[in-house]
Amino acid sequence: MTEFRIVQPGLLTTVQDLGRIGHQALGVPVSGALDGIALRLANRLVGNSSGDAALEIIGIGPVFTVTDGTARVALVGGGARLIVGDRPALDPGASVTLKEGIEIRVGGPLTGPAYLAAAGGFAVPEFLGSRSTYLRNTFGGFDGRALRPRDMLPLRLDAPPPGAELRLASPWDYAETSAIRVVLGPQDDYFSPDGLARFLGSTYIVTKDADRMGLRLDGPAIDHPRGFDIPSDGIVTGSIQVPGNGKPIILLADHQTVGGYPKIATVISADIARLAHALPGTALRFEAISVAEAEQARRELERRLALHPIEPWSGGFPGEPDEALLYAENLISGVTDGL
Amino acid sequence: MGIGKASGQSAQQAGAAPSVRFLPLGDTGLTVEFGTAIDPALNAAVRSLDAALHAAPPPGLIETVPTFRSLLVHYNPLATSQADLTRAIETLLHRPGLASAPSRRWRLPVCYDTEFALDADAVAAATGLTVEEVQRLHATTEFTIYMLGFLPGFPFLGGLPKVLELPRRTEPRVRVPAGSVAIAMSLSCIYTVVSPGGWNILGRSPVRLFDPQRPQPALVAPGDQVGFAAVDRAEYDRLAAAIERHSLDPIAEFLVP
Repeated sequence: MTEFRIVQPGLLTTVQDLGRIGHQALGVPVSGALDGIALRLANRLVGNSSGDAALEIIGIGPVFTVTDGTARVALVGGGARLIVGDRPALDPGASVTLKEGIEIRVGGPLTGPAYLAAAGGFAVPEFLGSRSTYLRNTFGGFDGRALRPRDMLPLRLDAPPPGAELRLASPWDYAETSAIRVVLGPQDDYFSPDGLARFLGSTYIVTKDADRMGLRLDGPAIDHPRGFDIPSDGIVTGSIQVPGNGKPIILLADHQTVGGYPKIATVISADIARLAHALPGTALRFEAISVAEAEQARRELERRLALHPIEPWSGGFPGEPDEALLYAENLISGVTDGL
Repeated sequence: MGIGKASGQSAQQAGAAPSVRFLPLGDTGLTVEFGTAIDPALNAAVRSLDAALHAAPPPGLIETVPTFRSLLVHYNPLATSQADLTRAIETLLHRPGLASAPSRRWRLPVCYDTEFALDADAVAAATGLTVEEVQRLHATTEFTIYMLGFLPGFPFLGGLPKVLELPRRTEPRVRVPAGSVAIAMSLSCIYTVVSPGGWNILGRSPVRLFDPQRPQPALVAPGDQVGFAAVDRAEYDRLAAAIERHSLDPIAEFLVP
């Protein structure tokens, strides 16, 4: 069985897919990739289904080797670059086939989460229909935890299927400079008109309290004349709750299923991936739009994602035989017939 | 509309649902709010709508999260719109005789020994009852699970006798032991894993309410009835050891109503 042997795990490397759907009524959070766009693009580059599980890499990238086989991988997002052996770093957003035994590094600096997808996916068991890791309760993914040195992470394929290496013809545009779009509610009536105006008219800074559960913001406090303690109700990814100190918290993938603070607004689904890149110190502004506009924005995002250009590339390194091209020309198809 | 059988009364019984509000959570969530209080009739109405939605899911419905007094409907904005979803739910709310959700009845062992009952003395002092009266009242109450949340499998139990209603501790604990059975406001709860928490702890149950090794990891569900059976320390230890060996799973008495 082909495996990744983890030499250094990086800061926080976990298995994530598009989340654990259908168990929130029992208190089980959705989890999943913080940046679902990068995950889907990485999967597309290696021929996977868009929701297959990949490695989510946060902060510092891992070092690993491939054992007992070869693996096609693609790294997308966070400005991360794959460094194979002692060769120059590959451009991001490209698939490449890794040979056994060579040390692979995910280089930074990382400006957000990066996703390393492997052709065929990772052979970790599903838990409640998902391979996403939920760290707080230690379930899902690889033993319910982040990767550690000497872990052996199994792949589902021993060798990649034939086909050309692929790369993104252009990087994904997250429109980082524009305001984060929100829909007001569900508890916007807990806030005064002044409080709502302050929320929409101010710049908020992401604090160091930023993790997979959420982003704690600093900026002008928003008061809630009707109090800040409500009987807990449901939360979605992107819910912005305002606790007693008046400083908003944006809830992300690992958020609890319910919460007892009033929620002033919700970040629209088309802008959730942008929050994954909001490192501590990032300035955020919010712009309120209607539900119908938010739904339209999501449809546009999906259209843009479906049309995002992908092109074949040689997959080779300068001065080395172009194996991908050989595969593509079917010259060595016998090697892959056994798959 | 019809209501859950756990409650004989409902504010919504008059047919229409005048106080229902539809609140947006961006373009992926719609909260159907029946009221703002923690109340058995409101909660029964939430669970009735939940059951109706599961019996006939409208297009684009992903999942639902019943809470004390509102139902969150997660939806796929690529498969429906919030406007269409709202219309579908309004139709359901106005349909007479909405079926109640099926519920189960559990009898969960709890040990009220001093070692586990970290706040029994404080609760007794605050309520003017003896520790024994507090325990007896808690152990003889039939609770209804209003919702799960906070932690996977963590139940919020409604139906606490009024005399036991207290605020949360002013100083929350950093580590509440797993299995702790506690009360606050009009509710009781059971901590599923070690966690921070501010509720008043009355005892400990050996039952694992969330066990990833089980095919259905969460033991109980919203709408289930829960009663407690007081066990002594020796019985607690015996049950805990059996559960640890997975030779007793689930431990709870399970009755189909």
